[in-house]
Amino acid sequence: MPEQAQTQARGRELLRIEGLNAWYGESHILHGIDFTVNEGEVVTLLGRNGAGRTTTLKSILGLVDRRTGSIRVNGSEIIKQPTHRIARMGMLGYCPEDRGIFSRLNVDENLSLPPRLGDGGMSVDEIYQMFPNLAERRSSRGTQLSGGEQQMLAMARILRTGASVLLLDEVTEGLAPVIVQALGETIRSLKDRGLTIVLVEQNFRFAAPLADRHYIIEHGRVAETIEASEIETKKDRINQYLSV
Amino acid sequence: MNVSLDLILAQMMLGLSAGVFYAMLSLGLAIIFGLLNVINFAHGALYMLGAFVALIGHSYIGPWLGYEDFQLGFWPALIVAPLLVGCFGMLLERTMLRRLYQFDHIYGLLLTFGIALMLQGFFTNYFNVSGTPYGGQPESLNGIVNLGFMYFPKFRLFAIVMSIVVCFLTWFVIERTRLGAVLRAGVENPKLVQAFGINVPLMVTLTFGFGVALAALAGVLAAPIYSVSPLMGANLIIVVFAVVVIGGMGSIMGAIVTGLTLGLIQGLTKAIYPPAANTVIFFIMVIVLLVRPAGLFGKE
Ligand SMILES: Nc1ncnc2c1ncn2[C@@H]1O[C@H](COP(=O)(O)OP(=O)(O)OP(=O)(O)O)[C@@H](O)[C@H]1O
Ligand SMILES: [Mg+2]
Repeated sequence: MPEQAQTQARGRELLRIEGLNAWYGESHILHGIDFTVNEGEVVTLLGRNGAGRTTTLKSILGLVDRRTGSIRVNGSEIIKQPTHRIARMGMLGYCPEDRGIFSRLNVDENLSLPPRLGDGGMSVDEIYQMFPNLAERRSSRGTQLSGGEQQMLAMARILRTGASVLLLDEVTEGLAPVIVQALGETIRSLKDRGLTIVLVEQNFRFAAPLADRHYIIEHGRVAETIEASEIETKKDRINQYLSV
Repeated sequence: MNVSLDLILAQMMLGLSAGVFYAMLSLGLAIIFGLLNVINFAHGALYMLGAFVALIGHSYIGPWLGYEDFQLGFWPALIVAPLLVGCFGMLLERTMLRRLYQFDHIYGLLLTFGIALMLQGFFTNYFNVSGTPYGGQPESLNGIVNLGFMYFPKFRLFAIVMSIVVCFLTWFVIERTRLGAVLRAGVENPKLVQAFGINVPLMVTLTFGFGVALAALAGVLAAPIYSVSPLMGANLIIVVFAVVVIGGMGSIMGAIVTGLTLGLIQGLTKAIYPPAANTVIFFIMVIVLLVRPAGLFGKE
C-alpha cells in the first residue's frame, strides 16, 4: 500500500505505547492503550467525553497517580522516570486541556518558562511574529488574555523549547472558527517543519485533514485505528464511535 | 496625653528593629507556605538554632574541639549559620516533610510543631533558659549613633538595614527574575511546571532551605540584641504568626510590609499607651480576621 510506504518513509518511531494502564487513586481509567507515533507524523486521539484521552497524555508525562505498561520515547523506556525527566528525554512539549497559563506570570514570563529541550526551537521574536496578538500583550498577566489568546500562548510556549513531539489536548476547544482555522494552519506548518504531533480532539472536522492516523479511544482502550486513507470507507464507524 | 515627637520617633525606631525580625520570619513562612503548602511551626525553633550556631561558634566550639583560640566571628556566622541551618532544613524536608504533601495542611503543621518542641527541648537541656549573652558582636558595630531625635545602638541600626536589604532582595528575585518566575509558576501549578522538564521536587527542597536560612539569618542578627535562649523562637513566633494572619499567607510583599508596619505600630503604641504594646498586634489580628479573613494581602 502506498500510504504505508509513505508512513515508513516518514521515519523512525518516536513514541511507542504498549499495554498502558493508569489510575487516579483507586479508579482504574486506562485498560491497556497501544499506539505508536513516527517522526513527523500527526496522530489524533479521538473519542467521547471521558474516554480517557486526556488521561493518556497525562500518563505519558507521569501526571497520573499510577501507571503500568510500557512507554518508549526515542527508544528509551520512561514509565519509571520522574515527570521532569520525561519531558527532557522525550523532548516532549505539552499543551494541557485547561491551557495551564500562569496568572502570576506575564505573557513574556509564561512564554519563557519552559526550559529549552533541544535545538531548533523558535525564538521569541519568531513566535511574536507568528502570534501578533501575543506581542501586543507581552506584559499583561497571563490570565488577563482572552481564551483564544491563552490557547495561542499555551502553544507558543512549547514551540520555543525545541520540543520534537507535541502533545496537544483539545487546542480548538471553545475557540472561534477563525482562530480554529489559524490553529490548523499553525499545526500544518509545524508538521512541515518536521515536528511530531499527538492531537487530542473532539473536533473531527478540524483533525481529519491534518492527521496521518486516528486512534479512537473508548473506555480506556484503543477501539479502532484509522489511517487517513480510510476515512471515507470507515465514515460510518467513525460517526458511530464519536456519535456525531 | 503629653507625648513628645522625639519619644514617638524613638519608640518607632525600636519598633522597627523588632519589625524587621517579624518581616524576615514571616517572609520565610510565606515562601515556604507558597510552594510547600506547609505552615512551618518549626520556624521559630530554626531562628533559635541560627542564634545558637552563632553563640556556639563564638564561645563553645573552640574549647570543644580542643582549639581554645578558635572562634567563629559574627561576620562568618552571618554566612555559616544560614548555610548550616538551611541544610538541616533541607534534610528535614527530604526525609520527613516530603511524605506529608499529599495529606491535609494539619499534618505538616503537627510534624513541624513536633520538630520545634524537640529542638527546644534539646537546647533547654544544655543551655540556660533565661538566656546566654552573645559576646561576638563586632567592635565596628559597638556604640551608638546620633539620629537627631535619639541615640540609637549602632548594631540595631545595622540589623535593620541588613534585614530590609535581604527582604527586598528576596522580593526582587522572586518577583522580577526568571528564577522567581519558575518559583511563582511552581506555586500555581507544580505538576505542569514539572511536566515542562523542571525538577520541582528539588526546587521545593531548595525553597524550604532558603526560607529556613532566612530564619537562621534573623537568629544571628538577634543574638547580640537579645540574649540567646532556647525559647527565644517560641516567644517570637507567636507574634510572627499573628503577623502572617494579618498580612495573609502567600504574598511576598505582603509579608514584608506587614512585618515592618506592625513593628512600627507596636513601637507607636509603646509611646502613646505602653500597657497595650504587647497586645496591639493581636488586637489588630482579631479585627482583620473579622473584616478580611484572608488577610490584608491575601486572596480570598
Ligand atoms: N483527576 C481525576 N480523578 C479521578 N478520575 C478522573 C480524573 N480525571 C479524569 N478522571 C476520569 O477518568 C476518565 C477519563 O477522563 P479523561 O479526562 O481522560 O477523558 P477525556 O477522554 O479526555 O474526555 P474529555 O472530552 O471530557 O476531555 C473519566 O471517566 C473521568 O471521570
Ligand atoms: Mg480530555
